[in-house]
Amino acid sequence: MSRKLLLNNVHVEGIHTYDVYRKNGGYTAVEKALKSMTPEEVVEEVKKSGLRGRGGAGFPTGMKWSFIAKPEGVPRHFLCNADESEPGTFKDRYLMEKIPHLLIEGMILSSFALGCEQSYIYIRGEYMYVLRILEKAIAEAYQNGWLGKNIKGSGFNLDLAVSPGAGAYICGEETALIESLEGKRGNPRMKPPFPAIQGLWQRPTVVNNVETICAIVPIVNEGGDAYAGIGIGRSTGTKLISAGGNINKPGVYEIEMGITVEEFIYGDQYCGGIKNGKKLKACVPGGSSVPILPHYLVCKTAEGTDRLMSYESLAEGGFATGSMLGSGGFIVYDEDQCIVRNTWNFSRFYHHESCGQCSPCREGTGWMEKVLHRLEYGHGKMEDIDLLWDIQRKIEGNTICPLGDAAAWPVAAAIRHFREEFEWHVKEPNACMTRNYGLVTEKIFEKVNA
Amino acid sequence: MSEQIQQIKVTIDDQTIMVDPGTTILSAARQIGGNVVPPAMCFYSSLKGSGGKCRTCLVEVAAGSEKDPRPMPKLVASCSTTVMDGMIVKNKSSERVLDARKGVVELLLINHPLDCPVCDQAGECSLQDLAFEHGASHSRYEFERREFDKIDIGEYIKLHMTRCILCYRCVYTANQLTNKREHGVLKRGDAAEIGTFIENSLDNEFIGNVIDVCPVGALTDKTFRFRSRVWYTKPMDATCNCGKCSGNAVVWMIGDEIARVTARKDKYGEVKEFICNDCRFNKKELSDWKIEGPRHIDRHSVISANHYEKAAPIHTPLLNKA
Ligand SMILES: Cc1cc2nc3c(=O)[nH]c(=O)nc-3n(C[C@H](O)[C@H](O)[C@H](O)COP(=O)(O)O)c2cc1C
Ligand code: SF4
Ligand code: SF4
Ligand code: FES
Repeated sequence: MSRKLLLNNVHVEGIHTYDVYRKNGGYTAVEKALKSMTPEEVVEEVKKSGLRGRGGAGFPTGMKWSFIAKPEGVPRHFLCNADESEPGTFKDRYLMEKIPHLLIEGMILSSFALGCEQSYIYIRGEYMYVLRILEKAIAEAYQNGWLGKNIKGSGFNLDLAVSPGAGAYICGEETALIESLEGKRGNPRMKPPFPAIQGLWQRPTVVNNVETICAIVPIVNEGGDAYAGIGIGRSTGTKLISAGGNINKPGVYEIEMGITVEEFIYGDQYCGGIKNGKKLKACVPGGSSVPILPHYLVCKTAEGTDRLMSYESLAEGGFATGSMLGSGGFIVYDEDQCIVRNTWNFSRFYHHESCGQCSPCREGTGWMEKVLHRLEYGHGKMEDIDLLWDIQRKIEGNTICPLGDAAAWPVAAAIRHFREEFEWHVKEPNACMTRNYGLVTEKIFEKVNA
Repeated sequence: MSEQIQQIKVTIDDQTIMVDPGTTILSAARQIGGNVVPPAMCFYSSLKGSGGKCRTCLVEVAAGSEKDPRPMPKLVASCSTTVMDGMIVKNKSSERVLDARKGVVELLLINHPLDCPVCDQAGECSLQDLAFEHGASHSRYEFERREFDKIDIGEYIKLHMTRCILCYRCVYTANQLTNKREHGVLKRGDAAEIGTFIENSLDNEFIGNVIDVCPVGALTDKTFRFRSRVWYTKPMDATCNCGKCSGNAVVWMIGDEIARVTARKDKYGEVKEFICNDCRFNKKELSDWKIEGPRHIDRHSVISANHYEKAAPIHTPLLNKA
């Protein structure tokens, strides 16, 4: 049984309430930090832990924290990114819904470490019921003296509020989130300046993902070294994976970094194998933005070694034969799924969610969606496949924020690995219309034995 | 020269220049001038916050600085990237840049109506110039183009959103003029549109300048719409006594009549002195203006094809009679 650091108490009855949370060891990390640690020491532990941002980019959290500017007399802000809108990802919701006090405790620790006295949780508008859970928990934390002025006599003050967005994926991008929190249109800002220098109201700001912030709690409780002892290489600690698609047991799993992908998909404690005894066709291991992997590259790398659930191993082979851990939205496709349809679905999402600021993303996402729609519905041409390739190439790397890349990568990877299926859609328009699934031939499984 | 600022060195397409620290690549390129200047569709020197959006000004940074000569992995927006000492930039000398720029032009055009024959901006349109220089001669886009209804923004301005490239210049102009947030962007992605919070007219005395900052034919002057192709009119520098603005403008003449009035644009299409609505929309009589002489127009388009101002001084006594 693998170790759990975040979800260890998730099944305790009433853990969402303050009393039960406290009885099960809650707020001891805050107690410890406020009594016996300086803010710098907390940052030091986070650095030692090797924790990397769980929002998608995997940037080392300790390093990010050490970049925050500290000009005299200027308040700093700590923000929690609870916008969770990446298709396939639903772990933050689970954390906030089940153990809201874990996030609050992590917010207190992080704000203390960074010297912030006003922190916000920015939550997507669709999570309104989660917002109510959080607000209730925050009220309990205030009542019990964990928030407010002079917390537990330490001299540290912290106010915490939840602020809902209006339901835009782009507001999960940290600078768009800041704009939105300021009450403006959620357009990403140009960087530099980075939020660590000029963020919310032009003040130094750090934005972290819900899961990242929750992980601060065990790091402070047990020490950065203990956390770094779990996992593999530069992928330390545990990671929540939102598993979905054609598997027997979809859900949120906390894994130790470094277990094999094979164990994760087929193991009984995790996904429990492909549903209905079907074959694995493909997998998107880190949320809709990351490249899709064909079945022969899911459990093994191109080199033939075991693929592991870690930042490094999932990325092995670069975009040619690898993917990314991303936000941990793990989507599994069985042999009946249509890759063209899936790619169209993703690109429809990015088209809908582009903020429209920069021309390549605004225009390119819509064009890709239209071409993919045409292919999926049997009106495509052979040239469309190259056209798609060309459009995604024109978007990638040429935009203000990474949404452009996120729209381009899934299209590129689908064409790279499933070109034959795209071609089949052009050659057999009737079959692809009536059967509504991909290249249902054994051919797509040949490469495994080759 | 009492205070010497330590200038820094930057090389763009093999031409080297010393500039002040904090200068952007685009501005350094403009100081060199000529072919090394990247096109800029959204940046506008006098509009705070502008730039970074259209991506036509992308350049390649082949060496970041003297200290750290590594190249930058991605192309960068030259209008919003500041130069470092010893930076080496490639604009037209980079295949990558030309390819990306061609891509941006293609994408900017997929939803553009291509109605130049009936568009007032034709001849002085930045998108037209850009497409001419960097575009492909035919479009691979085979779907319906985005369309919007035309909207009157107040008495004098027409918004034809279908032609808009969402450069946000007009938004920043309005932001700079008023703090009422009247003129923003509604919706997102390719459904985004310039809104004035439901056709509220913008009644600021300088709002007519949005027409001049608009790089395309999305915002046009209703007092001039469909009167003439711009290249049939003769631009003359003119001044008037105006209590609100400097009164320095350009009047565009058809014969002895003033067809329209605009602010004075530099060779990058930027207005340095905004003019007021009164000068722009209401002073259409010769007697309102003192004509200084023919306006030199720099753009590479049909409107400067005549080069008439280089010919023998034209006959202006009639014009200045007033
Ligand atoms: C389009 C876009 C959407 C994003 N959405 C989210 C999100 O919903 N939640 C999140 O935590 N990070 C999201 N991110 C990443 C954030 O910009 C940021 O990197 C992250 O919140 C940093 O936290 P971390 O260092 O703890 O991962 C998004 C990024 C982009 C470009
Ligand atoms: S890449 Fe897309 S979402 Fe990001 S700023 Fe540009 S238009 Fe907006
Ligand atoms: S109306 Fe003109 S100035 Fe305004 S955003 Fe559109 S193209 Fe730019
Ligand atoms: S001018 Fe630089 S991005 Fe538009």
